Amino acid sequence: MTELWQLTKLIRSKNAGPFKLTFDIMFKNAKGFRAVLKSSQLSAELFSRLYGVPVDKVQFFVLEPLLTIKVTIPRPVPSGDLNDNDMYGGQFHGPLVRLAIE
Amino acid sequence: MSTKKLKAIAATGNLSTGFREESICRAARGGADFIGCDAGSTDSGPYYLGSGKTRGAREVTKHNTSLILREALKAEVPAIIGTAGYAGGRPHLQWMLDIVRELARENRWHFKMAAIDSELDKEDLVKAFHAGEITPLDPAPQLNEAVIRGAERFVGMMGVEPFQLALGAGAQVVIAGRASDVAIYAALPLLRGIPQSVAYHAGKILECGAASVAQRMYPDCLMVEMDNEGFTAEPPNPEMHCSPQSVAAHALYESADPYLLVESGGTLDMSGAQYEAVNDRAVRVTGSRWVPSEMYTVRLEGAALVGYRSVAFAGVRDPLVLRQLDRYLEDLSVVVEKKVNDSLRLKREQYVLHWRVYGRNGTLGALEPEKGNIGHEVGLLIDIVAPTQAVAAGIVSIVAHTGLHHPIPEHEGLISNFAFPFSPPGIDAGPVYRFCSNHVWRLSDPLGPFPMTIEDL
Repeated sequence: MTELWQLTKLIRSKNAGPFKLTFDIMFKNAKGFRAVLKSSQLSAELFSRLYGVPVDKVQFFVLEPLLTIKVTIPRPVPSGDLNDNDMYGGQFHGPLVRLAIE
Repeated sequence: MSTKKLKAIAATGNLSTGFREESICRAARGGADFIGCDAGSTDSGPYYLGSGKTRGAREVTKHNTSLILREALKAEVPAIIGTAGYAGGRPHLQWMLDIVRELARENRWHFKMAAIDSELDKEDLVKAFHAGEITPLDPAPQLNEAVIRGAERFVGMMGVEPFQLALGAGAQVVIAGRASDVAIYAALPLLRGIPQSVAYHAGKILECGAASVAQRMYPDCLMVEMDNEGFTAEPPNPEMHCSPQSVAAHALYESADPYLLVESGGTLDMSGAQYEAVNDRAVRVTGSRWVPSEMYTVRLEGAALVGYRSVAFAGVRDPLVLRQLDRYLEDLSVVVEKKVNDSLRLKREQYVLHWRVYGRNGTLGALEPEKGNIGHEVGLLIDIVAPTQAVAAGIVSIVAHTGLHHPIPEHEGLISNFAFPFSPPGIDAGPVYRFCSNHVWRLSDPLGPFPMTIEDL
């Protein structure tokens, strides 16, 4: 069993403006990139489930030349709002790091 | 075909974070057409826009600005600073203008300074709202007349046109309120005939300073040379280098869409962009497209006061408390609610009591998939937001003291469950704001809400 971080050189989340969050997942090589795409575990559905947003609001980009998957979602709470826990949105990627890839 | 070339220097990604003096000197000595710098963002939350306060120490901003102005004046090229004072409101702009005036006086510098205001009149916005000129982006909070009038402050994010007016008026130093980061860098190249596809994409790469190098050890400068077909990006600092991968990947950072960049007058389509190494430090970028939009829109940013915050932080180490933490906090909340109602005459819905449990789900809150995992201790951040600072402080004091001694069945007698690291345990954190708009305003004149003044220093 492989965990996602073992295949990547960067997993990050960050605000894309105060109302959106974006995740960049950059792979070390084409082999790991394709393995993850093929497994379809990293999907719009996964982001919908983990972050409680409707699946049709999940933007899912596959950037072949950069060996990167980029995902953008509406922020569960706007940055700095009363119930926000993460102003810069920099730790939302936590649950993805050890995602098991078959 | 003309082979006009234009060189831009980005001092750094944010004026308050700084850059190396030797980097800006090396870049400027190599010949440049202007030096730009972005000074703000919404990234640090709504506080700055709402309060009118700036981020970063004045002395630091003054030092960084002095290096930019010195090099620009020496090279006799414009210095262009956007989103002054972090949020670009009127107090932020005034703060920055004072710094520039002070620098001019102290150094006996003489130049023409343009100041571009971006704080919006709320009554103008109400009119625009009723005229249907304001439309929401997705997602957006509800905006209406009451929200507009109740907000603390609105700014509009200017495009290239106000900068171009200032440069056309002969300003050597341009200090702007809220501005598109990209517009800071695209304005002058467009005036000199560089195509939009090149100017806007170069602006996107320049706006974060050295962030598009392969390994940015510290904030620093970036240079870009533009021509009719594309641009070449290179860091002046010999310890850094750009790679095709690093420049291409920068288009991802903090952007919702990796291919499309929406600006006031159109959209930059980077899907066909090519990134090639010129040498081991510089990267050539070509192939983006500019798609003009039918309507000219500017983004609106607004912040509204929500209340005043007081917090207290406590450690909890007793395993018997930890194993029933949720119930403990629920019971405690009921006791607190009654005390606040009895003594401060406030109902539960008139204030926020938010238990932030670090060590369990402080970071992700309700989204935490592993919130059942609790360690040998937790850090409890007691977060209160109330209508006044005095009331918030009063509630924190009630919560801290009540929580300290709140009983559990396993221990008889008076216990003290909260380990407070500080005396007093409560800290007043000041006013709390929220972003109250994510909308765009359709303008018939891109200069309309951005009045400019010129001052000879």
